[in-house]
Amino acid sequence: MQRFPHWIVIAALALVALAAVAFALTAGSVDIGVGAVARALLWPADDADGAVVRELRLPRAMAAFAVGALLALAGTIMQVLLRNPLADPYVLGLSGGAACGALTALLAGAVAMVTPAAFAGALVSTLLVFGLARGKGAWAPTRLLLTGVVVATGWGALIMLILTTAPEAQVRGMLFWLVGDLSGATRGGPGLLALAGVLVVALFFARDATLLARGDTTAASLGVPVRGTTLALHALAAFATAVAVTLAGSVGFVGLVVPHAVRLVIGNDQRWLMPAAAVAGGALLTLADTVARTLIAPAQLPVGVLTAIVGVPLFLWLLRRSDR
Amino acid sequence: MSSAPPILACRDLALSVPGRTLCRNVAFDVHAGECWAIIGRNGAGKTTLLQTLAGLRKPAAGTILLAGVPIMNYAPRKRALRLGFLPQDTFDAFPASALEIALGGRHPHIPRWHPESAADLKLARDALAAVGMDDAATRDVQTLSGGERRRVALAMLLAQDPEVMLLDEPTNHLDIAHEVRSLELLAQLARARGRAVVMALHDLTLAARYATHAVLMGSENVDAGAAGALLTAEKLSALYGQELVAVAHPHGTAFLPV
Repeated sequence: MQRFPHWIVIAALALVALAAVAFALTAGSVDIGVGAVARALLWPADDADGAVVRELRLPRAMAAFAVGALLALAGTIMQVLLRNPLADPYVLGLSGGAACGALTALLAGAVAMVTPAAFAGALVSTLLVFGLARGKGAWAPTRLLLTGVVVATGWGALIMLILTTAPEAQVRGMLFWLVGDLSGATRGGPGLLALAGVLVVALFFARDATLLARGDTTAASLGVPVRGTTLALHALAAFATAVAVTLAGSVGFVGLVVPHAVRLVIGNDQRWLMPAAAVAGGALLTLADTVARTLIAPAQLPVGVLTAIVGVPLFLWLLRRSDR
Repeated sequence: MSSAPPILACRDLALSVPGRTLCRNVAFDVHAGECWAIIGRNGAGKTTLLQTLAGLRKPAAGTILLAGVPIMNYAPRKRALRLGFLPQDTFDAFPASALEIALGGRHPHIPRWHPESAADLKLARDALAAVGMDDAATRDVQTLSGGERRRVALAMLLAQDPEVMLLDEPTNHLDIAHEVRSLELLAQLARARGRAVVMALHDLTLAARYATHAVLMGSENVDAGAAGALLTAEKLSALYGQELVAVAHPHGTAFLPV
């Protein structure tokens, strides 16, 4: 079933990611050639094009890559924990919880609290879903998924409530959290740093996660501390989602489609799937964001709209394909 | 009876599931080289007993000793080096090759961040060969039949290669040829390589043929001991509430319902 060696798939995805970043740095209101981009990055000079590349496009491309990779990782982790390829931070309400937390902080005027509030929201969502879906001492994946869908709907209603009661002037800025938009990204460093941290921790648990996909009992009998590992991985998915939502609002479908698609090529060995999904998710969102901001330039589309428009049919196609 | 200390022992064991006590005062010793069959009606607690012996659930009372140490004192990975468990059901929610799954059995032997060694790979391949699945090593498990998946799951346990092998209905989904072949393999591991095998079985004829010892789980009490004394038509008829006759054949005894 393995058509290509794992490392070739990762190398190919890395090349695609590189191309996506190059596209993000060259395309925009002013077209800047690859050579000029390289010069602007390697030998910074005091010119307008260089400033555009370094101060506008690079941070945004970095943020887009980090958000896409974090969402794909969160999706990968949740799919393996729930043993269900339909799990994703958006579907299970983690994104909704994070957005709700962030909006509440904004409404209270506590801008510094936006990230912690988003994390708290994602974590509350995780705990809520698990608390409600827990029964007979075991977490039944199907029930968990259904509970997640309901909780996500609940967050949606709360977000609507906040939006309708918020002062007129704040609503436009708040809408950002709903659709997923990278136009506010001015720094790329924090996102990439969080991504590196999440990836290392995820890889630490990668082999245990592969075994957890085959059932808690099988994993436990092979020496995986099931409870601790499961909790740690859920917290990790919540953190990754919170960081992604803080940077870009709730972008849907990346966490669902990317792990699913990458798994078809590279298999379910988490040691390979996790990094591959991260690179693919990063590349996809960088590409999507660049298209979103250039498609109807000078106007910018929120990237979340684009990922949904592409993600829905892509996911339906993948679902049909994997049925055979 | 062997004078060596038992590899797995239970003392004053009581098992319960929510709302019901399954059994109490269960005590038996499993030595290296023995092959135990756990026999009982549906819901008698065979799976609960195996999971408890595996250290995966707390008994209502009593202790399990693995190589003389209470099993709950083991770190999960250390326990997995000595004791393995084949559950009744395994999940194949995602694609994976049969070889990948068998390699999973090596998990407790491989330190974190380390890749599988050539020796691990060989053990996994040997395990697949032992269950007759070597030709399917690269096949996606999701394309395999129920019986083939069961054999791959068994290969995972063989690759883990623990001293104590606990198996919950290992012959589920298997055709009669593979049923015999799998039990022959397990009995051989016990006889020739000193493994201790404890398995829940429904086929009494095969149990009589391969088990050296048996645990009869009745509704009132649990009998444990040498297979010859326990696997009789009289005791089994009482256990199941179904009259059985023992029919001698050239290789042993078959039990048939009347």
